[in-house]
Amino acid sequence: MQIVETRYHTFAEPPHELKLKSGVILGPITLAYETYGTLNKDKSNAIMVFHSLTGDAHAAFFHKGEEKPGWWDSMIGPGKGFDTDKYFVICSNVIGGCKGSTGPASVNPKTGKPFGLSFPFVTIDDMVAAQRHLIDHLGIKKLLCVSGGSMGGLQALIWATQYPEYVQSVIAIATNTRHTAQQIALHEVARQAIMGDPDWQGGDYYGKSIPARGLALARMIGHITYMSDKSMDEKFGRKLIAKERLGYDFSHDFEVENYLKYRSGNFVQRFDANSYLYILKSLDYFDMASEGKLTDVFARARAHFLVISFTSDWLYPSYQSKEMVRALKANDLDVSDIEINSSYGHDAFLVEVEGQTKLISHFLTRMQKGVSHAGK
Amino acid sequence: MPENNTGIRFDHKIILDWVAKGSRVLDLGCGDGVLLELLIKNRDCHGTGVEINEKAIYACMEKGLTVSHIDIDTGLADYSNKRFDYVILNESLQEVLQPRTVILEALRVGKKVIVGIPNFCHVRARLQLFFQGRVPVTKELPYEWYDTPNLRFLSLKDFRYFCRNNSIKILGEVGISDSKRVAFRPNLFAHTGLYLLEK
Repeated sequence: MQIVETRYHTFAEPPHELKLKSGVILGPITLAYETYGTLNKDKSNAIMVFHSLTGDAHAAFFHKGEEKPGWWDSMIGPGKGFDTDKYFVICSNVIGGCKGSTGPASVNPKTGKPFGLSFPFVTIDDMVAAQRHLIDHLGIKKLLCVSGGSMGGLQALIWATQYPEYVQSVIAIATNTRHTAQQIALHEVARQAIMGDPDWQGGDYYGKSIPARGLALARMIGHITYMSDKSMDEKFGRKLIAKERLGYDFSHDFEVENYLKYRSGNFVQRFDANSYLYILKSLDYFDMASEGKLTDVFARARAHFLVISFTSDWLYPSYQSKEMVRALKANDLDVSDIEINSSYGHDAFLVEVEGQTKLISHFLTRMQKGVSHAGK
Repeated sequence: MPENNTGIRFDHKIILDWVAKGSRVLDLGCGDGVLLELLIKNRDCHGTGVEINEKAIYACMEKGLTVSHIDIDTGLADYSNKRFDYVILNESLQEVLQPRTVILEALRVGKKVIVGIPNFCHVRARLQLFFQGRVPVTKELPYEWYDTPNLRFLSLKDFRYFCRNNSIKILGEVGISDSKRVAFRPNLFAHTGLYLLEK
């Protein structure tokens, strides 16, 4: 069992604050991060992975005394897709998050109180700008690969287009280049669930009771969108909870109801409602082609790409990945892509380990050899 | 198609001869990437594959190839004009929905196009058709009518007519049977035909 400890890097101390995309400045900023494997002498084997909406810096291995490993432990470790015998893997918590990086629950040094809604709006670009400080701090000039699924994929794409000189390759999984009306709508329902909870108190609930019901409801909505019709039916069907027959009342009858209650109940204990609001907003604002054509945006990229999507993912449908691939090809970039047949919906990016392990390990082997068969 | 003693399929050998060293190649319907790998290793090519079969994508990735999981009928529109030196359609043209569009698109994105087709008018097929009154099933065309992946049935002659009618120049034609070149009446004796095209 490999033990890992979360570390912290603080930067952007005044007067060198980070200027956010909104124009507001933020500093000092702390990033929580973890690393797995060993950085080689010429610092050429570093890979940065990015977490999705509710993830954190703890991507793999175990925290001391804990029974559950990091959120992507199936893919990161010795002999795994991101093989820590070969590569040095870094993961950090995003700014705006609540797992050790500066976010709305952090104490505002100017007031001595938690930021709450006085925390500035952060975008995916801002998250990546903060990560760049960490990579500079670690003395890494070039990342062998940047990779993530869902919101993690967005960060990888921003790295490739904002800091192309840092990025040799990108593995973008179940992700997109712009959020659609459907995605924004789902996020808005989740936000309204939180903001409609009387305990939310305009975001000023720290030290009082948390908006648990609202956050739980938001998380339930999320969970539904991460699965597919088929995967839910296979997992729960119409199974009843410890009951012979229907109750004919409003207590829970079905297992799927219990599942949502259980998962969301756990979630409110570990996640800050304001962080959820802020990060959802950063997703809504994500549109790489907001100032022009997607093809032009990727004209800055120099990386090799592997784009992975899943047939049953309706939250980040594979047609969005295909749009991305088209824009990459139009720029004569080296891009491999696959739509994996899976019934797990958006969750597939965490669940479909076997196929992704093969794809990622072979892709990374080629990247490490530095061989480009299809290169620009 | 059987392999000869060097381990390289005869049709692949012809293609390796046709493709200039260091070329940029797009292999449409690349399968598990055997030809693409040969072109990269033996001819220093820069290659990309296009393949619709998911399993074949894993095989290509394992070989360290660049491959796109898309069907040939829609997969060509993404590429700019004359992006490739050669576009290869070996044993895949008969399975596409719009062969004419695909060939013309291939000639747009590639300077030259290599096409390999099965000859549905080989003498054995003709004899079966004539004497048995049945649609031919042979070693080279092993499918019954109800389970064939082939959507298009053509002969080498049909393909030549097609090229003429679409103002496509045939720079080379090789008829192949049992890993040998068929020089005499290929439309009758060749199982497959390989073409080097230009527009």
